Amino acid sequence: MSTVKKNEVREPLIHLSKRTSVNPVRAWAIRIAAIVLGLIVCGLVAFLLIEKLNAHPEKIGDFYTAFIKGSFSTSRKFWKFLKNIAILLCVSLALTPAFRMRFWNIGGEGQTLVGVLGAIAVDFYLGGKIPEWLLLILMFIAALLTGAVWGVIPALFRAKWGTNETLFTLMMNYVATFLVSYFLVIWVPSGSSSLGKLKYGKLPSIGNDYLLIILIVVALAVALYIYLNYTKHGYEINVVGESVRTAQYVGINEKKVIIRTMILSGALCGLAGYLIAAGLDQTVTTESAGGQGFTGIMVAWLGKFNPLAMILTAALIQLLNQGAAQISQDFDVSGAFPNVIVGIILFFIIGSEFFINYEIHFRGHHGLAEAGKEAVK
Amino acid sequence: MKKVLALVLALALCLTAFAAMADGVAKEDIKLGVILLHDEDSTYDLNFINGVKDAAAALGLSDDQVIIKRNIPESNDCYEAALDLADEGCQIVFADSFGHETFMLQAAKEKPEVDFCHATGTMAHTEKLANFHNAFAAIYEGRYLAGVAAGLKLNEIKEAGKLKGEVPMMGYVGAFTYAEVVSGYTSFYLGAKSVCPDVIMKVQFTGSWYDEKEEKAAAEALIAAGADLISQHADSMGAPTACENAGIPDVSYNGSTVESCPNTFIVASRIDWAPYFQYIIGQKVAGEAIDTDWTGTIATGSVKLTDVNEQAAAAGTVEKLAEVKAQFEAGTLKVFDTATEGFITKDKAPLTSYLADVDTDPAYTPDTEVVADGYFHESEFRSAPYFDVNIDGIELLNTAF
Repeated sequence: MSTVKKNEVREPLIHLSKRTSVNPVRAWAIRIAAIVLGLIVCGLVAFLLIEKLNAHPEKIGDFYTAFIKGSFSTSRKFWKFLKNIAILLCVSLALTPAFRMRFWNIGGEGQTLVGVLGAIAVDFYLGGKIPEWLLLILMFIAALLTGAVWGVIPALFRAKWGTNETLFTLMMNYVATFLVSYFLVIWVPSGSSSLGKLKYGKLPSIGNDYLLIILIVVALAVALYIYLNYTKHGYEINVVGESVRTAQYVGINEKKVIIRTMILSGALCGLAGYLIAAGLDQTVTTESAGGQGFTGIMVAWLGKFNPLAMILTAALIQLLNQGAAQISQDFDVSGAFPNVIVGIILFFIIGSEFFINYEIHFRGHHGLAEAGKEAVK
Repeated sequence: MKKVLALVLALALCLTAFAAMADGVAKEDIKLGVILLHDEDSTYDLNFINGVKDAAAALGLSDDQVIIKRNIPESNDCYEAALDLADEGCQIVFADSFGHETFMLQAAKEKPEVDFCHATGTMAHTEKLANFHNAFAAIYEGRYLAGVAAGLKLNEIKEAGKLKGEVPMMGYVGAFTYAEVVSGYTSFYLGAKSVCPDVIMKVQFTGSWYDEKEEKAAAEALIAAGADLISQHADSMGAPTACENAGIPDVSYNGSTVESCPNTFIVASRIDWAPYFQYIIGQKVAGEAIDTDWTGTIATGSVKLTDVNEQAAAAGTVEKLAEVKAQFEAGTLKVFDTATEGFITKDKAPLTSYLADVDTDPAYTPDTEVVADGYFHESEFRSAPYFDVNIDGIELLNTAF
């Protein structure tokens, strides 16, 4: 921000000011323009980096249609698209209550992973020995419980000793990864550390293998929307997020809210872990959460912590992911390339938020005087 | 009469055409899908990419006849990827990582008309699906050869009076205490022992197939413990770099590291997957079944050694390797030779019988007698290695993995 001294206004070349009101039409126009611009830049980068494209510039159309092809060309891809949205959304939803309270839970990855581990541990020891329905219920309980424990540990430390939750939750991710490695050594005596798909503990297919997962997460999104916006708990979370002092003043026990909310956040990550374990993999590896605990943070931010808006942001991210993977396949380029594509587009999208919230003024431009005054205020 | 004859002939023609179609797939219609755990950045996956590209070039396949999916985890994603490749018209789907196996099996059960081939897996011979196949290579022969080069180098050091300890000692950086690794380091050790009888070896595990920092640290620890030579079964440049820094000779894996380590790199063994890709495509074109378990050998061109780096290797290495290789090709030499007295012993006793865990079961029970006719029959009852005996002369420094 510019510093403006009294009577001695030195005009900077560029000056920023926060917009007082955001026009939604304008905001969406900027967002769409950003995505289009991002796609154009992706095309240029692709043209420079992909040999096949460089030799055949006419294939640039295939480059762009790959984004559609990646998710919509077959019904299998479409179901996969919906399922991927659901799992990512589940992790993002899990993080949202914590974020609303300004508790920076970046341990979603570890909380999800221990959820998978908890469910698979039950499956490993009890699979085939008890009825499948009971197994699925016990796996569910184990996943939610382990996720909740992983979430509440940093919350307890924060409430008791004021530790930094960002670092704490981050480190818990690594502990979770090594815990999985540890159990794989015990469970796989052959030494390969690869458990493989277990025979039991699979969620039933209702028409489609992925439909149940999708329905569970849709129900969760609606429930969480209501919880955060229309219940006393949701209100308390918001107050603690706005100002801990205000919370204390109005008699909210903020420590209790933090602990309660992190139990919820961790348990919901555990639920995501359960969906991965029982709905998809029936195994656990150190990669079972697949980075979604981190991607989920972005989904939640982009969706402004609104569970319903997050459905859209999760869909956007998965559309980009599957499109980029399709490009890697169609143009036979190395695995890092999809990340470059997704990164460029996200850069533009996140960048566009800046232009939505701030106004840019150039030196000598009209309106600078007023903007300067605003900045002083 | 003529008409009837013409009709019969036409019908016969149609039938033979139909039969030919049912038999095989025309070469220009072949589509091969390849699922990789990582991408070019991993030497392991790069080895498969090179293999499939070499095979495609040798067979004259066009670019769009091979579809590669990179970075597919060992999860439901692998199953999805396999079926997606089938949707795209692939008649053969291949996956390269051990943990892909159960998910490939799941896909194979759903698509009986597509052949699913899996490298390093162990379950094809017990699952008995007509369209699911395992493959590996007798890399232990390659490692034995590499071990011979190592043994010659140790002899040279010994003659020059530059041994660090009383007897020649090799250090080995391993990934996991898994049969594939055990089989690998034991064959390397035996190769060295065949020319340098008093050699001993110490093995340090890292608990990861790719961890540059850990591998470098393990190699450094082994060098500090008195290793005269280092080799590894892990996929990074960690161990070779540590050797170059310390001036300790190194026998590498997966590919030559001579460019980064010109003073210490001796030779490396690797599996060449191109012959297998050529084989499975060839079988599909001919309309013939793919072997349930396929083990590539030196003879099939699957087990390869890189060029020997004369600067680091002992004199006469190239000639000796050619001689031993010829014995393998002729079938007169067995790596796991249990007949020669004092060559393979466990707790000072000769290895006359061993039950290996060949058939995968949840409890990992040993099930098959593999010692017969004076040698351990590695990779014969299934393609993936199952030699996991801790023989005398090799000390494991850590076994937590």
